[in-house]
Amino acid sequence: MSAREEIFASIRRSLAVGPVDAPRRDAVAARLAQGPVGIVPRRGHGEPAERLATYKSEAERVLATVADVATAADVPAEIARFLRENNLPATLRFGDDPRLAAMPWPATALETARGPSEGDDLNAVSAAFAAVAETGTLVLVSGPDNPTTLNFLPDNHLVVIFAADIVGDVESVFARLKATYGPGALPRTVNFVTGPSRSADIEQTLLLGAHGPRRLHIVVVAG
Amino acid sequence: MSVAATTPRFNDNVHDALHDQRLQGALPHARNFISRRADAAARLPEFDALRDSARAIKDHALAHLDLYLEAYEAKVVEAGGHVHYARDSDEAIAVILGICQAHGAKVVTKGKSMISEEIGLNAALEREGINAVETDLGEYVIQLRGEAPSHIIAPAIHVTRDDIEADFRRVHRDLPPDRDLSRPEQLLSEARAILRDRFLSADIGLTGANFLVAETGTSIIVTNEGNGDLTQTLPKVHVVLASIEKITPTLNDVAQILRVLARSATGQDMSVYTTLSTGPRRADDPDGPEEYHVVLLDNGRSATLGGPFAEMLRCIRCGACMNHCPVYHAVGGHAYGWVYPGPMGAVLTPLLIGVAEGGQLPNASTFCGRCEAVCPMRIPLPKLMRNWREREFERGLTPPLARVGLRLWAFFAKRPALYRLAIEPAMRTLALIGRRRGRFAWLPFAGGWTRWRDFAAPQGATFQSRWRAKSGAVK
Repeated sequence: MSAREEIFASIRRSLAVGPVDAPRRDAVAARLAQGPVGIVPRRGHGEPAERLATYKSEAERVLATVADVATAADVPAEIARFLRENNLPATLRFGDDPRLAAMPWPATALETARGPSEGDDLNAVSAAFAAVAETGTLVLVSGPDNPTTLNFLPDNHLVVIFAADIVGDVESVFARLKATYGPGALPRTVNFVTGPSRSADIEQTLLLGAHGPRRLHIVVVAG
Repeated sequence: MSVAATTPRFNDNVHDALHDQRLQGALPHARNFISRRADAAARLPEFDALRDSARAIKDHALAHLDLYLEAYEAKVVEAGGHVHYARDSDEAIAVILGICQAHGAKVVTKGKSMISEEIGLNAALEREGINAVETDLGEYVIQLRGEAPSHIIAPAIHVTRDDIEADFRRVHRDLPPDRDLSRPEQLLSEARAILRDRFLSADIGLTGANFLVAETGTSIIVTNEGNGDLTQTLPKVHVVLASIEKITPTLNDVAQILRVLARSATGQDMSVYTTLSTGPRRADDPDGPEEYHVVLLDNGRSATLGGPFAEMLRCIRCGACMNHCPVYHAVGGHAYGWVYPGPMGAVLTPLLIGVAEGGQLPNASTFCGRCEAVCPMRIPLPKLMRNWREREFERGLTPPLARVGLRLWAFFAKRPALYRLAIEPAMRTLALIGRRRGRFAWLPFAGGWTRWRDFAAPQGATFQSRWRAKSGAVK
């Protein structure tokens, strides 16, 4: 018997079940098809304004910084301000996301580059797929629009989130992913990011920027 | 071949650990977890209800494990990935070596994986001339020291800052010897720079998995540093090594368990990086691995299903049980002698390496019950440890003196009148002798206790006699 066959036989022996067992198969098929929602904490709920406020306070709690801008056209100036005030170089990299590409970067002094990172970028901008109010989490999906390497290699990660994409909970993100990519399918990588990278492996001392970004700056676009 | 165990020498390990001054200096850090978990739980009114929900999901998944595994496998293949099954450590190592050899791999970067510790992967790779690089900061430190992790989520918790500085100076020889490494930030920066090169030059990235999702064929890692993400994103090949009980039916089920995982582990509401990986890079992806493999390890887990230890398979490896264990706090993780320490290790180790080798560990408990009280999956760890003690006794593995003691106690316990007749005068006598100081610094037959701490003098009357006096009769 192959390893696979033997493991399945051993599981079925221990559970005292046979391979053809209609009620069990039905129970599994139903759960996979329906994906029932369990207990969802109230923290992330509420009207959009309340959700936005929860999102921002939770994100700051995990040591991200948050800025508000009125429109997408205001994003480059906010990012230029953030880099300037933190004495960071005025360079940026981002992917092919049309929302980012349409922003007025030439109006700033920022030098921009496009495409995935090979490890020598200090700053990157991504546009988030969604954000979760409950925990201050950003959700980023892989692909040419927002390459995954931009989420981890640069020292400073700047993420744009449109207020309409801030949902209450992780379950709502999964529903949106299903609506976008189809049932049972996901992009290669979905990153849930909750604050900048950190480690407490040296005597339980919290240090930021372990391997991923040292700074996570979130720009919330109202409209 | 898995890692050699020193578990049979547990009593000696404990003795050494208690006398190891450096270890005793480092161990108090483990207690920081207690207040962090309590604060995180208190901030979420639904926390205990979520624990029930998480337990029900895992019980359902385990009761249908064969079917969810089939569904998971089909989804991984549909996404362009490969699924490999391994009955034991040797098979898992053979599969991983096969993947390495097919790609001529020289460097394998690794995200944190307890399964790779369980199967002894690093040593096996090194034997074949493949450089395995641990990239989690704590794992990197203990790899430099040639040690095993002493905690499942804080592997270097037994190591002090001074130790790490000394290790970095010993190993990082290319750097200026007079550099300042006095602050933890400087140690982190140095490790970050060195590991960054490894990430970019690795041929294969290997991670564990916190969840394998049947609905989508997705593997999920939960980390704080970002090393797991660099490990799996940059090389051409991503290998996921996970045990079969990681299967979780749906993404919404994962959402339930995620809410109790980080809170129970580090006291975070959510770890920094929760990453869902489904297959290799897609046609238009500019980055990500070109190949995606999942190695599913059994190592006795399938035989545990449906039996007296089946509840242990709900474990999500948060470490809360060891973070709250007085025995772990006293001796640290290495004393347990194998891969998994603390209460979860005391139950799991005999399952994985046998009761003859690992049977000592279930005795390393005061049965205070804190592990069960904080377990997010509500695993009855004390009950499972008692199950092992019974097995140890039945197989004659309990030491002779302890067997005689237990038989003697059982003789009296089964004869309540005789028990009272023996105990009540003894208690009165001890109370009389000890009434001045309220405690004994020495007692006959109790040297093992009084050598380390005083024995409190009894009050005089036994519980049963006081109960009789109060309510008139004992039924």
